Amino acid sequence: MYKVLKATFITVWSLFVLFPIMWAITTSFKPESAVVNGATFIPFLEFQPSLIGWKAILPGPDSITNLMTPTLNSLIVTAGATAISLIFGSLAAYGLSRFTYGWKNYSNADIIFFFVSQRIMPPVVLAIPFFLLLKQLKLLDTHLGLILVLTSGLMPIVVWLMVDFFNALPREIDEMAMLEGCNPIQAFFRTILPLSKPGLTVAGMFCVIFGWNDVFFALTLTATKVLTLPVAVIALNGTVTPYWILAASTVFSIIPLVGLAFVIERFLSRGSLGGAVR
Amino acid sequence: MSLILKNVSVSSDKDGVILDDISFEFKPGRIYILIGRTTSGKTSLMRAIAGLLPIDSGEITMNGENFDEKPIWERDVAVVYQQFINYPNKSVLENVEFPLLRKGMSKTEAREAALASINKVGLSDYLDRKPAQLSGGQQQRVALARSLSRKSQIMLLDEPLMNLDYKLREQLRVEFREIFNSQKDAVTIYATTEPPEALILGAEILVMHEGRIVQHGSPTEVYEKPQSTTVARVITDPPMSILPVSISNGEIRFGDGYAQPIPAKMKNFKEGRYQAGIRANDIEIAKSGGEKGTISLVEVSGSETLVYVDTPSGEIVLQMEGIHDVKVGESISVELPSNRLFLFETNGALCVSPDNAGE
Repeated sequence: MYKVLKATFITVWSLFVLFPIMWAITTSFKPESAVVNGATFIPFLEFQPSLIGWKAILPGPDSITNLMTPTLNSLIVTAGATAISLIFGSLAAYGLSRFTYGWKNYSNADIIFFFVSQRIMPPVVLAIPFFLLLKQLKLLDTHLGLILVLTSGLMPIVVWLMVDFFNALPREIDEMAMLEGCNPIQAFFRTILPLSKPGLTVAGMFCVIFGWNDVFFALTLTATKVLTLPVAVIALNGTVTPYWILAASTVFSIIPLVGLAFVIERFLSRGSLGGAVR
Repeated sequence: MSLILKNVSVSSDKDGVILDDISFEFKPGRIYILIGRTTSGKTSLMRAIAGLLPIDSGEITMNGENFDEKPIWERDVAVVYQQFINYPNKSVLENVEFPLLRKGMSKTEAREAALASINKVGLSDYLDRKPAQLSGGQQQRVALARSLSRKSQIMLLDEPLMNLDYKLREQLRVEFREIFNSQKDAVTIYATTEPPEALILGAEILVMHEGRIVQHGSPTEVYEKPQSTTVARVITDPPMSILPVSISNGEIRFGDGYAQPIPAKMKNFKEGRYQAGIRANDIEIAKSGGEKGTISLVEVSGSETLVYVDTPSGEIVLQMEGIHDVKVGESISVELPSNRLFLFETNGALCVSPDNAGE
């Protein structure tokens, strides 16, 4: 009885979660006739699949919209923000994990809270100040401008995750590295960083997901030159775009993340710390 | 040319006094054994020498150079911890090579030295394994090989055998002697809580208690003439029984009961209260008379039996050869031969030790 309940619950919930994705995927392969004649889901049986939607968004003779430039923009911005966040975020996290900083009554815990606090305010509140700031710096509608703004939101995630990760790494490893002739920076890069792949992978994945899917800042802080993929997809929504093209572009925009998730899964193996300290 | 500690003190808000005014000169080419209970400051002393524990006051110098001004990575101190610290992402060979490459050796030199050192600890067949693929004893040998290969001027070993099984301990203990003796110009400091280990390694012993060095000397010196009840407890295993006694009318009396004629060596002492200590192997079951008590615990190790006896004067531990059939709760009388007694002041300082106490 319990098993049946469990299976039912899991099935229903999975359907609920997967339905929108399934809708998008099937719709992206439907010809016009299959879209307007009510809901159908099973290809070949309920409708004859067609590539019309995909041909419209991919480069080629039938292309009606250019998603390649937005894709490139999204790649640059996401990669830039992720890289900066990972490098400086993990260095900050290492410092906060291993050394004690402080001024008067403020200590490491407060510094970590300061980082996390940057994510407390809703982005709407930040939009106007960031807009004014980027305008003054002449960075509106530039890759660098968007990268910096995204980094301000992504770095706290990295710091937060990595402080915990470094705290879990035995301190004796850094001590040993220092005893064996490494200064703290060398100890970090030569012994701690190679051990941190699982943590960095998780932190990096969060950065990529949040960076790639960011619509709000991309919409408010860029205009035409740095059009990112999610913004481009939403722009299609605003014009009179057939459902099959819209669905194809949506699916197209999540493909990189899904692919990344599969690749990264391998790196998230446990046990990479075995044998450090017994 | 030696490692000199001058009035080194460390304390913290959390733990109170950690090291209390320690002064000592460690000479190169010698092995020093630090022995003490778990919180006596052995590890802290080592960490202070290595630079991992900042000192509040005092001075540490090596060959005349002030160590305080040197960061950890320039001190050239090799450490083997009681947990086996290795770099988990590096192979055995890479682990041992790492400090050598950091020292500025060329690739070929480092490899040669690393291989020699791995060979010394008997791990030549495991060069490419990661630490996680080795047993505990092998991991500790990797850590040891890493420290040995560096040929540091100072080598610190903090209870390196602590987490190993019995057989391996015995084996490594013997190997340690040879390995240490081949380090001709290094100061080797070895911390342990176990008296047999300290005595077997046969080097100068420093007894630590509550952050101070309370006695130092050769194993026989420390074992035969412990300067206080504290040292006697730390250096004796199975534990020494220490009981309150009083001397009066040419007799030495345990608590209120059992008395014996005073031995010649104690004749000159004033009448009054003292503490008497006696080692477990010097105590015998009394044929008549003796201190009466009840057995509270029996430990049989095979070659010997340890019997813990509750008496009105305090707990007495006696050691008997072989296996004996004694039961908890039984009454027993023990004889405490007066010529085997250590006599301490009530404050713990040694008055008299028996002749040939080491035997």
